[in-house]
Amino acid sequence: MNFMSRISHLYNIPKFLSKLTLFSAIYLCSGFDGQAAWNDPYPPDEIGTNILYLSFSERPKHLDPARAYSSDEYSFLGQIYEPPLQYHFLRRPYTLVPLTTNGTPIIRYLDEDERELNSDTSVERIAFTVYEFSIKPGIEFQPHPALAKDDSGAYRYHSLDVDEINNVHSLRDFRYTGTRELTAEDYVYQIKRLADPKRHSPIAGVMAQYIVGFSELIDALERVHTGNTKGSFVDLREYPLKGVETTDRYTYRIKIKNKYPQFLYWQAMLFFAPMPWEAEKFYSQSGLQKRNITLDWYPIGTGPFFLTENNPNLRMVLTRNPNFRGETYPQYGEPEDKQSGLLKDAGKTLPFIDRAVYSLEKESIPRWNKFLQGYYDNSGITSDSFDQAVQFNSQGDARLTEAMQERGIKLSTAIQTSIYYMGFNMLDEVIGGNSEKSRKLRQAISIAMDFEEFISIFTNGRGLPAQGPIPPGIFGAHRDAMGINPYVYDWVDGKARRKPIEVAHQLMRDAGYESGVDKESGEPLSLHFEAVARGPDDKARLNWIRKQFDKLGIQLIVRATDYNRFREKMLKGTGEIFFWGWNADYPDPENFLFLLYGPNSKAIHNGENASNYQSSEFDDLFEQMKNMENTPLRQSLIDRMVEIARRDAPWIWGFHPMSFSLHHSWFHNVKPNLMANNLLKYHRIDPVQRQSLRASWNDPVWWPLALFGGLVGLSILPAIVSFRRRERKAAL
Amino acid sequence: MTAYIIRRIFYAIPILIGVNLITFVLFFVVNTPDDIARSQLGDRRITTEAIENWKHIHGYHKPVVYNGTEKGARKITETIFYEKSLRLFAFDFGRSDSGRDIGHDISQRMWPSLAIAVPTLLVGILINITFALTIAFFRATYIDFWGVVLCVILLSISSLFYIIGGQFLLSKLLHLVPISGYDTGLNAVKFLILPVIIGVIGGIGAGTRWYRTIFLEEIEKDYVRMARAKGLPETQVLFGHVLRNAMIPILTGIVVLLPLLFLGSLITESFFAIPGLGSYTIEGIQRQDFAIVRAMVFLGSVLYIIGLLLTDISYTLADPRVSLK
Repeated sequence: MNFMSRISHLYNIPKFLSKLTLFSAIYLCSGFDGQAAWNDPYPPDEIGTNILYLSFSERPKHLDPARAYSSDEYSFLGQIYEPPLQYHFLRRPYTLVPLTTNGTPIIRYLDEDERELNSDTSVERIAFTVYEFSIKPGIEFQPHPALAKDDSGAYRYHSLDVDEINNVHSLRDFRYTGTRELTAEDYVYQIKRLADPKRHSPIAGVMAQYIVGFSELIDALERVHTGNTKGSFVDLREYPLKGVETTDRYTYRIKIKNKYPQFLYWQAMLFFAPMPWEAEKFYSQSGLQKRNITLDWYPIGTGPFFLTENNPNLRMVLTRNPNFRGETYPQYGEPEDKQSGLLKDAGKTLPFIDRAVYSLEKESIPRWNKFLQGYYDNSGITSDSFDQAVQFNSQGDARLTEAMQERGIKLSTAIQTSIYYMGFNMLDEVIGGNSEKSRKLRQAISIAMDFEEFISIFTNGRGLPAQGPIPPGIFGAHRDAMGINPYVYDWVDGKARRKPIEVAHQLMRDAGYESGVDKESGEPLSLHFEAVARGPDDKARLNWIRKQFDKLGIQLIVRATDYNRFREKMLKGTGEIFFWGWNADYPDPENFLFLLYGPNSKAIHNGENASNYQSSEFDDLFEQMKNMENTPLRQSLIDRMVEIARRDAPWIWGFHPMSFSLHHSWFHNVKPNLMANNLLKYHRIDPVQRQSLRASWNDPVWWPLALFGGLVGLSILPAIVSFRRRERKAAL
Repeated sequence: MTAYIIRRIFYAIPILIGVNLITFVLFFVVNTPDDIARSQLGDRRITTEAIENWKHIHGYHKPVVYNGTEKGARKITETIFYEKSLRLFAFDFGRSDSGRDIGHDISQRMWPSLAIAVPTLLVGILINITFALTIAFFRATYIDFWGVVLCVILLSISSLFYIIGGQFLLSKLLHLVPISGYDTGLNAVKFLILPVIIGVIGGIGAGTRWYRTIFLEEIEKDYVRMARAKGLPETQVLFGHVLRNAMIPILTGIVVLLPLLFLGSLITESFFAIPGLGSYTIEGIQRQDFAIVRAMVFLGSVLYIIGLLLTDISYTLADPRVSLK
């Protein structure tokens, strides 16, 4: 039988189809049992268990706390690593509280000769600030093979041979795990890692400005790595960092230059979470790196959870850390927290859930539908599903649609500590500079650019028009009439109302651009907008922006490009008008006002001041304000700075985005906290209620398939009859 | 045949070098090494020193394809192109710019891609051939006409529509299968049903029309008339003669696809959250991870060349008159 004969022999269609049907039936049955709904994406043995189901849309790039700096990464790392401080879950404004320390750190100020100064000493006299952290004894690391020891006390897996490594595909393949107590040295070790050039920590540059001896350590480690061609383990314990030291097993000090109160906020960020040296030693074995088993992918922390499944292309699973010390739920919050049931669990031991399963879900449609089916416990709201989920009442307040309310879904909203703004390049000859002419031109455009409309059209109303650089809820921002930008808004009937376009026209006339024509040259005024255009969706947005400039007769030329070229223009200062944003590192006005600080100019100093705004008056005030505590004096300095910035209008202030998130009725202890990234430990679920609702929402519906099969059968019936007739027909 | 295969393998080398060079040039026209470093390090608070340091450690501090500052052969060898390309030919893909081992990632991600692609291909072939043979049997009747119309309608619909429609109907409305997701082992089955069904239905229009054309061409041939004249029943004519002879173009068309099945499908994998290779390249491009882009383009080229070679070999199996020299 030749090849073709075999094929034709195999190709017995009816027989094959019956086999296929049988095979499919086995397939179908294999995935289901009596309890699970047919469309349940989770294994049947997880039914009714205390597992939280969440999704993520972007795989994390790095899980090394020295390197990670995005929300995609922090959503995992925040539950694993523990820096010394954290943000209080319930209190507002955002408040720092101890996490692994006994109380807040002791702060001492020193002069040039290292003599101690009083806390009320003027900032100029303070040469150094020393922070002393005292961590709680008895905190233990998660179970981890890097800490496993044999009977002789030697580390089991620090010198793996080739055979041992060949049998390892993930951390689960190590039979033994171990733990040890957290010590102050682990915090010191991590700070040294921030200085290690091989770690590429994004904050190394910032810390070099503050931590004493940090730059020297960077240089020393650079030399070490240059000589270490084999890439063998470099034990950072052997390299001193002058400004960071331990005083005993549980206490360490960080000495920084000058006074920098915001340094405490950094201590709530994961960059300052502890790292045992054993982990670096363990992961430095090259065979493990070949299998992607690195510290950048397999964290080791002391937090309430540890990573038990690490497949960033599919699923990340955090499991309750059996060694977690037993932190308790906060006893106090804001007055309304008690009413909303957020204090029901006060004093109870954390965490409440056993596991959190994060599934990769790149597309919004399946993610949204799985949330509605009860397979995700919470969800954001994309533009596609916004109208299905939320509607605004006549007062402009967001509320859930009836369909959502029927399912018991709840909505949480919060103004983000972020700003999206439209910037003017102050180095530009036309739109930039400090002349009265250019200032009035910028003010006119600021009025014409109707961000209320922008928010309504492009963000489904999820935003608050910005009155200045500082978002509401952060020290320095005012509410009500005090807080409005008087160059763009009027306070009318208890609300901020954008000035009429006539005011903008008058400013244009004053600036010498009546009806958008340059009085001096007689030429129409044309400006350039540097746009990052990613697809057809951007077209409507760009058209809208063009229309706003049109109101003043200004021709806006859109220069659409990709993000790389856009960034290059910003770095070179060759752009004219652009749209950008900033998300706060910490809840302090300094973290927003520094975006307008002259020495931070992007084009000149590679800083974050993208509009390259330079005002000596503003800069002087910033210098005074940045290192102050939150006092009335600081508030008055901020008020003056904001007034200067509003007058000079280097930005059109844009808007502060609002986060809208939904969660099911079985999901408890949800309060938006946009600074904290360790919220998982507070969440509680009711798995019984969840299972009951899931079952009622996902009953399989078979009859349409049967109907479809019947229709197909009926439609082929004439063909079968015709076929038989033909077969019986006599040949001509 | 062995000599032919060896010759073809040697022909492949300049092709692969050329593809690799074009990939390099195109990638670096759009992304400078500074862009690559920034995309890895992030935008916030990154200093120029940090970027230079990253480039130096990852070998992006050298010129792309020609180093004018060096002498002799080092003008070529001391470049990003040379250093990053040479290992590819030993199938050592190295580490991605974000630090992960690419070979390991590929070995992990090709299985989910295959888990969808193989059943979709096999079931699709069977269904398409069945439909095409049926239409060919009823040629020049209303079944033929409406069958072709249906095929044209099916192939005019975007694959995205099939995906979203399938998810809406089978998962959202009827609750029969999970809307997206993946698992290992037998647990993967329930996640594969929907993408496979959609993949098969999405391919019916084009596949059936193509096979129908092939069958109709065969049906008109003399040997088929002869078979009918001998009084063979139509089923035997179709399955025993027409199908056998039509399998040559069908097989060769399929064999070229086989190696590429590893590479998966971008849209399907993205919508069904399948962790396959289809999305790996796009992720690499989006993240400006040149190491991944380079490795995947190289792998794609190699697989395509293998596919063409297999096609040639399959000719000899399908048709004894063909021999490779």
